[in-house]
Amino acid sequence: MSEITGQESGQPEMRSDMTGAKALWATLAAHGVSTVFGYPGGAIMPVYDALTYYPEVRHILARHEQGAIHAAEGWAKATGEIGVCIATSGPGATNLVTGLADAMMDNVPLLAITGNVARHLMGTDAFQEADITGITLPITKHNYVVTDPDMLPTIIAEAIRIARSGRPGPVLVDIPKDVQLAVFKGELAAPHAKPEPVAPRPEALEAALALLKTARKPVLMVGGGSQGASKEITEFARAWQIPTITTLMGLGAFPASDPLWLGMPGMHGSVAANHAISQSDVLVGFGLRFDDRVTGRVKDFAPNAQIIHIDLDAAEIGKIVRAHLPVKSDAALAAVAMTADAVPFDLPEWQAQLDDWKTRGEHPTTWGAAQAVRQVVARLKPDDILTTDVGQHQMLAAQLARFEKPRRWLTSGGLGTMGFGFPAGLGAAMAEPGVVSMVIAGDGGFQMTAQELATLTKYDIRNVKICIINNSYLGMVRQWQELFHEKRYSEVYLGDSNPDFIKLADAYNIRGWRADNSADLESAIDAWLAHDGSALLEVVVPNEHGVFPMVPAGAALYEMIESEPVKVPTTEAGK
Amino acid sequence: MTAPIPDHLVSALVRDEPRVLTRITSLFGRRGYNIKSLSVGTTEVPGVSRMTFVVSGDRGVVEQAMKQLDKLHDVIKIIDHSLEKFVDRELVLVKVRVKDSEARVEVRQMAEDFRARIVDVGRHALTFEVTGDEGKITAFTEQMRPFGILETMRTGRIALTRGSNADIPSHVYHGGESQGLEPVIPTAPREEKAREVNNLF
Repeated sequence: MSEITGQESGQPEMRSDMTGAKALWATLAAHGVSTVFGYPGGAIMPVYDALTYYPEVRHILARHEQGAIHAAEGWAKATGEIGVCIATSGPGATNLVTGLADAMMDNVPLLAITGNVARHLMGTDAFQEADITGITLPITKHNYVVTDPDMLPTIIAEAIRIARSGRPGPVLVDIPKDVQLAVFKGELAAPHAKPEPVAPRPEALEAALALLKTARKPVLMVGGGSQGASKEITEFARAWQIPTITTLMGLGAFPASDPLWLGMPGMHGSVAANHAISQSDVLVGFGLRFDDRVTGRVKDFAPNAQIIHIDLDAAEIGKIVRAHLPVKSDAALAAVAMTADAVPFDLPEWQAQLDDWKTRGEHPTTWGAAQAVRQVVARLKPDDILTTDVGQHQMLAAQLARFEKPRRWLTSGGLGTMGFGFPAGLGAAMAEPGVVSMVIAGDGGFQMTAQELATLTKYDIRNVKICIINNSYLGMVRQWQELFHEKRYSEVYLGDSNPDFIKLADAYNIRGWRADNSADLESAIDAWLAHDGSALLEVVVPNEHGVFPMVPAGAALYEMIESEPVKVPTTEAGK
Repeated sequence: MTAPIPDHLVSALVRDEPRVLTRITSLFGRRGYNIKSLSVGTTEVPGVSRMTFVVSGDRGVVEQAMKQLDKLHDVIKIIDHSLEKFVDRELVLVKVRVKDSEARVEVRQMAEDFRARIVDVGRHALTFEVTGDEGKITAFTEQMRPFGILETMRTGRIALTRGSNADIPSHVYHGGESQGLEPVIPTAPREEKAREVNNLF
């Protein structure tokens, strides 16, 4: 911790002179918020001044508001508790937009606090004014402008309740500067009790169980909404002996070591998962929203199946695919209720079919991105965290990593945000200093939030292990250009201008290693993980590999391309 | 010929908070639901406004729109009028040209048949106030059209459930989650085809 000498701190005993800003910190502290990520600026200065009176809240200074909000997301995704980030008005607030949209899509409980110009200046195009509540209206679960200082604690308490309850999501609270400065005469607000989870209706459960019992080719699909119900869903699956698929967001909610596990479905899903969905006669979906990346061509998704869709959000049921049996319920409650009278399936034919599919779609063991990711993720221990951006490295990591526990796989699923992985890994590492927080990023995405290397150094965060899979390209876009745009590699080549990532890390006092073949990678991984402190590993891989299996856009899941088509190696492609 | 897209009448009780109208219209806009008319007004409960929407789309789209609306924090309750008996009204102001005294007499006579009230009398125009359901209003404007309609303004349809059931729950500012629209329990597949979602990258 590098404290600036001579830094003045407010004295906790001076808290009695309550202002709006102090009321904010008092409320956050009362809600058990121990860490916030942020970046100061003009319109939020009273809040930063008041922070010095509240040493029980640790503020992490990021180097960009996007870094701060992704770190808060990483914290929230790993712990399941609310993540908090702070930014100033105008540009500070707009830099949160990507993170808010990301948190909205992936249901991350998040509280974003922004400063704004004083109330009498709002609407006058004042310096650093932006209508952040207007801007973020479609990408937050709810948002507020605090116009009455005395209401601040009530609003913060309600914002936290909304962010955490039901289907979690981000809530933004915009606080004008004069509200922060105003003398506070109101009451501090106590945290709301967590709402009772929504229980399934007995008649819905009964119908679901009756349908499930008729299945001859059952399959269970577990999504991101199951991360908090991992234990219950695992017991349900095992009691019924249902083959289980975890979506990208559901990875870890069911242990990968279980023989029932079929992998991930969808565009880059496993052969077993995609065929199992296509052939199944009863599909049970827990906490998932049938995203277009999961379904492929919607009308041919699970064409033979009766679908039991269990979700907390009624709006998700029937939104994309028809649910023959909708169950609005908390995932854990439904799983427990459906486990009680389980009759384990004994379906040798179905099992034999699944076992056959499981052997297909293997990744090549020759040197390439897949092999590199395989070697790196093999070192993860069950409690370790893995974060990624979006793209080829993300899909490879999702395909190759084996998660045994929920909340260990933190990826930008719905929004597909480049630059998410590293700051999210940093936030998760701060929440759980005892585990390795491994970040796998591409050479493109890493550069979108690389400035947060400074945050690693500033707070001496020791457990972030960054792995850059460097193929000199925006690999996933390149793969699409190769397959669907006749190899016109338009604006995807980065290799001529990428930085020396080892030197870049070194500039921030972070040690780095590089490898460009399998054997060197093994020893580089040893050194990288053994290093006492956060470290960076750059893996240079050939650029021509794609990610397979792949379901082309607009195709049905069963029309997937199982493995990479054989092709003549291209040299200096697209340069 | 394609079948006409049906209209659905939906009411919502909402908290009278800043931007609540924006939240709702923005939701309709970004999800591609089509609002044909929207009326908003205060209610007998302070802090609560009531809206009536006419949404066009097939049943699946409207159901989805209602469920999405219900998730907004400021929305207290959604009332799907197709599930119960209701009364609906719309008020229209119609300014009709009267080129001579003959026309004036004829227009006034016709307005009387429709129980339309004259709210403004000009030298060459009469302005009528008509209240009624959609059929009556359409019939009235059609009758007036030959004389020359100068301007019209419609309030949009408003609706209330018939009978004594009060729609506003006593716990307007409740502490818990939105009550949610419970999915009905049909075991048969819904008739509507699932929405095709084509996402090309």
